[in-house]
Amino acid sequence: MPSHHHDHDHHDHDHDNRYSDMQARVKALETLLTEKGLIDPAALDAIVETYETKVGPRNGAHVVAKAWTDPDFAAWLRKDATAAIASLGYTGRQGEHMRAVFNTADTHNVVVCTLCSCYPWSVLGLPPVWYKAPAYRSRAVIDPRGVLEEFGVTLAQDMKIRVWDSTAELRYLVIPERPAGTEGMTAEELAVLVTRDSMIGTGLAKTPEASS
Amino acid sequence: MNGPHDLGGQMGFGPVAPEVNEPVFHANWEKRALGITLSCGAFGAWNIDESRHARENIAPADYLSASYYEIWIRALETLLERHGFATATELSAGHHMVDGREPKRVLTAEMVEGVLSKGSACDRPVAEAPRFSVGDRVRTRNFNPETHTRLPRYARAKTGVVEAVQGSFVFPDDNAHGRGENPQWVYTVVFDGGEIWGEGVDPTLAVSIDAWESYLERV
Repeated sequence: MPSHHHDHDHHDHDHDNRYSDMQARVKALETLLTEKGLIDPAALDAIVETYETKVGPRNGAHVVAKAWTDPDFAAWLRKDATAAIASLGYTGRQGEHMRAVFNTADTHNVVVCTLCSCYPWSVLGLPPVWYKAPAYRSRAVIDPRGVLEEFGVTLAQDMKIRVWDSTAELRYLVIPERPAGTEGMTAEELAVLVTRDSMIGTGLAKTPEASS
Repeated sequence: MNGPHDLGGQMGFGPVAPEVNEPVFHANWEKRALGITLSCGAFGAWNIDESRHARENIAPADYLSASYYEIWIRALETLLERHGFATATELSAGHHMVDGREPKRVLTAEMVEGVLSKGSACDRPVAEAPRFSVGDRVRTRNFNPETHTRLPRYARAKTGVVEAVQGSFVFPDDNAHGRGENPQWVYTVVFDGGEIWGEGVDPTLAVSIDAWESYLERV
């Protein structure tokens, strides 16, 4: 057993070293897979460009602003969010089965994935680091009010909180409440008020004063 | 499995640390990790449920200290080896040494836009009508499988109400292990916070999960 124990420690040591420099580890993996003809480095570039420039929270903001200004669209979003969102051109990976959940005067919605990192990529892009990290995933379901405080959001004590744990393949988009004082604003102007966090439920839409 | 990934209700991870004006990526390797992970997923050799299970099987201390892209890379290396695309020696060396399995397809740059904008739907028809209806009271099963499941520990053996019948979807508990897609109805089940967390809970809290039919029993 002593020699086994020694081997085990040695193995763990090697194992840790392998991931201690992720830049080198991922470079080695990319080199290996490219040499084997299994990946196309140009495809990697195209994927990155997609999520840096094309697919991000502006897509979701467009959906929300349209819901605020077009009651028929809002009704469609409640009934068939996947189709309503697709009508604006937002489809695809991690947005195949969309659901829109509407904040109201008495209920605030918060979305989490306690088991992994499920997130509506087609409308919000890639998830932020905190969304995938243990602190948020562990606490959003047991202390959402405390979590919201850490985002600078204080809800009224009697505001009901509904947490949606994304345990299946449905992807949730929170439709925040339209801020007061935005009557007469166009959908384009309103979209600027819709933050990424307001569509996860860890924020509220900005007021016109806060955004100016 | 009761792995390190099943985090709902755990404590001790400190405050959430939102980052103001967070960039999409924090390092170049994260960009490559995203691209490699999606490109290898396009081989068609494994499904998303097997990927998730590979991530859940990372040793707990490693899982909890890794960034999410590191979790992806660790699990991807497991999958590449398991499915014969690379050997452990190759993964350590970072170079091609032996010919491995051929994938069904290699994702090229020209294919990326189409693949990402199409996605991969996982709803599937089932012959049977749903067993439960909106408003039904249901109890989640109490089980502790060593295999993949999407019923989190905090929501086992809890009583809630069916809020929506969401359609029928691939069953991950089978699909992760090569046992077929075996689709089932999926329901949004909502629980009072008190049913899950008991004493001292925020009285305004309700939590829902999306549950496959076999996770549920009628109350």
